[in-house]
Parts: sequence; structure tokens; C-alpha cells
Amino acid sequence: MASAQPARGARTDGAWTADRLRSAVQDFVSAHDPATTDPVEFLGALFDAGLAWVHFPPGHGGLGAPRALQSAVDDELTAAGAPPRAPGLHTIGLGMAAPVLLTFGDEAQKKRFLRPLFTREEVWCQLFSEPGAGSDLAALATRAEPDEATGDWVVNGQKVWTSVAHEAHWGLLVARTGPELPKHQGLSYFLIDMRAPGVEVRPLRQATGEAEFNEVFLTDVRIPDTHRVGAVGDGWKVASGTLMNERVAIGAGAMPREGGLAGGLARLWRERPELRTPGLHSSVVRAWVDAEALRLTAERLRQQLAAGHPGPEGSAAKISFAGLNQRMSGLALDLLGEEGLGYDDWTFRRPEPDDDFSTRSYGFFYLRTKGNSIEGGTTEVLRNVIAERVLGLPPEPRTDKTIPWKDLPR
Amino acid sequence: MSAEPAADLLYNEVEDELRIPLRALLADRCPTGALLTRIESDELYDTKLWAALGAELGITGLSVPEEQGGAGAGWRETAVVLEELGRAVAPVPYLGSSVLVTAALMAADESRVLPEVAAGRRAAALAVPFSTSPGRSFPDTVRLSGSTLSGTVTSVADALPARVLLVPATGEAGPGLYLVDLTAAEDTVVLTPRRSLDLTRQLADITLRSAPAVPVALGTEAIRVLEVALTTGAALLASEQLGVAEWCLTTTVTYVKERHQFGRPVGSFQAVKHRLADLYGLVSQARAVARNAVAALDAGSPTVALEASLAQAFVSEAVVETAEAALQLHGGIGFTWEHPVHLYLKRAKSSALALGTADRHRSLVALLADLPPAV
Repeated sequence: MASAQPARGARTDGAWTADRLRSAVQDFVSAHDPATTDPVEFLGALFDAGLAWVHFPPGHGGLGAPRALQSAVDDELTAAGAPPRAPGLHTIGLGMAAPVLLTFGDEAQKKRFLRPLFTREEVWCQLFSEPGAGSDLAALATRAEPDEATGDWVVNGQKVWTSVAHEAHWGLLVARTGPELPKHQGLSYFLIDMRAPGVEVRPLRQATGEAEFNEVFLTDVRIPDTHRVGAVGDGWKVASGTLMNERVAIGAGAMPREGGLAGGLARLWRERPELRTPGLHSSVVRAWVDAEALRLTAERLRQQLAAGHPGPEGSAAKISFAGLNQRMSGLALDLLGEEGLGYDDWTFRRPEPDDDFSTRSYGFFYLRTKGNSIEGGTTEVLRNVIAERVLGLPPEPRTDKTIPWKDLPR
Repeated sequence: MSAEPAADLLYNEVEDELRIPLRALLADRCPTGALLTRIESDELYDTKLWAALGAELGITGLSVPEEQGGAGAGWRETAVVLEELGRAVAPVPYLGSSVLVTAALMAADESRVLPEVAAGRRAAALAVPFSTSPGRSFPDTVRLSGSTLSGTVTSVADALPARVLLVPATGEAGPGLYLVDLTAAEDTVVLTPRRSLDLTRQLADITLRSAPAVPVALGTEAIRVLEVALTTGAALLASEQLGVAEWCLTTTVTYVKERHQFGRPVGSFQAVKHRLADLYGLVSQARAVARNAVAALDAGSPTVALEASLAQAFVSEAVVETAEAALQLHGGIGFTWEHPVHLYLKRAKSSALALGTADRHRSLVALLADLPPAV
């Protein structure tokens, strides 16, 4: 691993500005030509220069600069022809593992994991949901028990809805370490080696016919205690931080006018005049308007984030995205009539990262978007989250927060 | 459709600073209790408050350049004022005078009356039915004869406190826009108050009988100027509606935390929480859409008509949904005359009909975004 070379341009008082970061990027790309440098090597050097995430500390891919300045770095890198930052397989690594390691990881964990994560050498997945713990994540039953002889943890249980588990080197795992404690207090957070003995990954076939996700069966999997993140019993606190990042990731994608399904629907309407009816016209125009409203809301959210004032609107936008995608794909089937009765492919297969989704039928989108209101927090639970955390309304009366997990009805 | 650089949808520092003294002034001079008293009187418009907006805060001509007597700011700042006036359902002729007539006079390069209007010394009203949408044919209910106007215009907003009217009329030479000075018109102009659904924006019918008039724009220029005024009005009305919706949401959230039934705050029931969570999402979307329309106006964007109709198509429905839910979630007290929520519902629904319904604006969106109707 190369030693960290802080980028030139830091002011003597340590403060960074967008201009100084831009010139740091210019220096960087003149030393590492993106056109000729191997991508892993390029990203590694970028990490070492502190330009991976400028708000991370020096030595861990950052410069300790304000987070808002990252966009100046990214714009400059894009202008210089650097490879795009599309996360693809690395969504969990970049979007969840990195911030969790930054906030809760110890020095050794940051040193070991952040660099290969950023260079895309190591793929990450997230082992949270279980068959018995969906919305109620804190009820999860996967056990991690200490092995007094070795100091390791021994993990047994089943996880579900795990993206890229079959490609992953590492997993973010929440497991129960204190079943005698109330459910939120008895959880701990681990980094699990997905190639370790006892980890079995099986594809999970979904309503669309294919398998985007996996089930992961864990049988006597050993995790060294050095791969525990945060204190024993702090798993809920660490996991809550990760989930928040997931909602922002799903709810706030910026896109151009008529991006996504709205564009497909508008083009279908324009290209197929024989399918038009007055009722469908009304529905299509309403959907177009609602899609614009959401696009602008996501754009406003992005601008707030860039200005350093992230807003709480992400959860609400996620609810609306799910509902609108479902409406638009159903509307496309109505419009297609007889063609809507067909389906393109029921094959049980794993989609490839470079699959062209735009070639899939509207039947596929109709089914796939049903997952949008479930994944990353169901619409019903998110409404509670907004009501309680954003509007400050009182929580539902609950009986499950104070009694030991092992005594809960299930 | 080509990707354009995203408009700035946030509020800048100047806009934030503008909001603070205005909100304080409205809380002091226009509390809801006083409004409930005012609606029992013959003076539904608050002329003192209007004078304060002009003389004390200097915000009646924000969009007008300084050399023409304005503040030299822009439509973004005007929109922030409208948000606050909507939040207070303030009975002042801001939309008519500082938006509709001001936009028309600026578009027509008129500089004799504009400074007086910008300073708030002379409130002005655009003499069209308040339901008039952009994209409609030029009004023909008023005729020009020589240099005087005759005819009637019904349901005009902000005419009652106005000192000057901007009247679309047709003559032998075609359409024209004319200024009528009400202080000099004597009995050639009669304003008849209408019993209006919106108690905080009372409409009036106007009858002109050979009223002396001065032309501002003629022919196709008159058509263009009127369209600019209506499009500007539609775009900015969304900000007023946003303020109305915000009041409804925050007031309801506060109420359901306090109101207890079944031994619990009613805001702890999921049926109530989920409805408010959805309204929160709706209002945050309305804000993005309203800011987008205002940014398009301010930048003179080529798609301003589309952005304005998009704003009306979305926000008109959002504000009505929010106000209706506010009344419902207040329960019995929300249905009384003594609680102000009905003032907001009346403003919400009337504003949704104003300057084109959501349905009419969806038709304009369909036209401008190339989504042709079924034949």
C-alpha cells in the first residue's frame, strides 16, 4: 500500500477552498494521466492524495476539508477525463461501509478496509434483513456468540435481500450478542468475510422471475473480535447510521427532465397515437407533472446537500418515487393494451451489472417497481419516520422496547 | 428533451433576510384574530397593511428596477413576499398590483404609472376575471371608442383597493391594454363588490361607461403583454399557495400534538400521522415546483410558460389537498367560523381556480411538453 501523500494546496492555516482543491486535482491528474493509468492504481493514488472523500481525515482518503467541497473535486476530475464514479457493484461499499467505518471504525479497520474499498478491489454487501426481521430490523435473530478460547465470535443465522452477496468480499453484519437484553440493546455490528467457511449464498428468485438478491445462510462462521465495529451492544446505533445513508441514496437521485420511466411513458405516448384515449391522456399528463415535481424535489435536495444543509425531505421523496413508478408502469401497460398482456423473460437468472434495463418490457417494470415501496424502508414505516422524526409527532405506544428480546412474542 | 442547467431552487441570503421583518410585521398587524373580525366588516381589504408594505418595508416594487421607482430586486424576492402573505392570508392587493399589473407595465416598458405602483402609493388591478388562464384568447368584453372604454369585467381580484386599472379592451384597430385612473374616473367607472368564496381576497365587477383611458400597448404587443402578466401571475401564485399550504401543515401538526382523545394526542394515531407525512411530502414538492417557476421567471427562461403551468398544475392541487386535510384533522373546531382554518381553505380553493385551474394548466403542459391529446 502506497504511503499517503497529502495533496499540495493546503493553506498554512489548514483551511481548504474549492479553488485550492481544483488546483490540487489539476496537479494530481498531471502526475497520474487518467487515460493511461490503470484504474485501480489511479483510484489508489487518488485515495492517497486525500481526494477520495475530502471530508475524511488525512491518511484515510481525505484531507479533513468540508464535505461540500467534494463536488469541486469531482467536477474537476470529470473534466480531466477520470473514470466516472458510478458505484455499480460498490454501492454498499461506497455508500454504507465507508461512512460507517469513518464514523464508528477504529484506526486499524480504517487502514485495512477504506483503501481497497475505494479502489474497487473489494466488494461489500449488507447483511441486515432477515426472514423474521424486515421493517422491525431490531428484532433480528442471527446470533453472534463469543468463543472464550479464541476471542472470536461464532455466528449462526439467516439473512435475506442481500444484493451482490455472491460477488462480495466483505459484509456489514448486524447480529444478536445479548438475547437477554431488550432488542435494541443486544445487537452488535461486525465486518464479515464473505469467503469464510460457513457462509452460503443462494440466489433469491423474485416476482419478476430473476434474482437480484440473495439469501445468506451463516453456519458457525468465525469473526475475529478485531472486526467488530463499535462496542458490544452498540450495533443498533451503528446500523441506524447506515440505514440513513441508504435512504438518501435511493430517494435523491438527480435526473434530467423526462429521465426514468416518465421519459419512456412520454415517448410511448408520442410515438403511438393509435393507443391514445382521453382518459389515458389525463393520466399521462398528471404523471408527467408529478414526475417533474419529484425530479425538482430531488434536485432541490441535492442542492441543499451541496450547500451543506441536508434536508429531511429524502424519506418523503422516496415514498413518492415508489408510488409514481408503480403508477407510471401500470399506466404504460394500460396504454399498450394487448401488448401489455405479454412478458419478456421469466428466466431465473442473476441480472448482470451492465444489463440494459431500458430494453425490458413494461410488465417487468410493473412488477419490479412493486419492490420500490418495500426496499429501503416500506412506505408505511417511512410515513411513521417522517411523522415522528421530521414533524415531531408522538410515537405509537409500544410494548416491545423494554422487555428482553428472548421473551418477545414471535 | 434537452437537459438544461438546473435552476437554483434554494433561498438565498437576501431572500431569507427579507422574510424575517415581513413575517414579524404580519404577525403584529395581521393576526388571524384580527382577520376574523375584519371579515365581519365592510372593509375586507386592509389598506393600512398595504401602506405599511410599501412605505415601511419597501416591498411593493421588488421586481421593478430602481430607476423606475422599484427596489431593483427580482421575482425570486417577490415570491418570498407572496409565501409570507399566503401564510398570513393577508388581505392586500399584492398579487394584483405588485405582480399582475407590475409584470404587464414592465413588459410594456411603461414608466409613467409604474413608479407609483412600485412604491405602493397607487394600488393597481388587472381588469380580467380572476379565473383567466394564460393561453386564452384576448378578452372582448370592453370596447374602445375614441379614447374611452365601455363594457364590463366580472370577478376582478384586487380591484376594490385599486387607484388604477389596467384594462384589456378591443377597438376598431384590434386589441389594446389601457390604463384607467380611478381617482379621475368619477362615475364613468363603477366597482361592485362581489360576495366571494375567498373572504381575504374579495372580487369586484367593473362597469366602464366611456371611461377615459390611456393606451399602454396595442395590437400583438397588447396580446404579448397580457400573456406575460398572466404567465408571471400563474408562476408566482404558486408561491402564495405554498405559503397557504405551509400554514395549514404546521398549524395542523401543532394542533394534533396538543389535542387529546382516547387518552392520547390525536397526532399519535397512525391514521393521522400518515396523512400528515404525505402532506409533508406534498408541500416539499410544491416548494421545489414553485421555486423552479420563480427561477425560470427571474432568468427569463425560454420554457417559462411550461414551468408556470407545471407549477399551477401541481401546486393548485397540493394547496387544496393540504387545506382540506387541515380542516378535517382539526375535527369539529376546524368546521367552526371562529377557527381561522376556513379562511385558508377558502383562499386555497379560490386560488386553485385563479389564473387557470390545475386542469387547464395540465392542458397547457400537454401542449408545451408535446403530449398531444387523443383525437
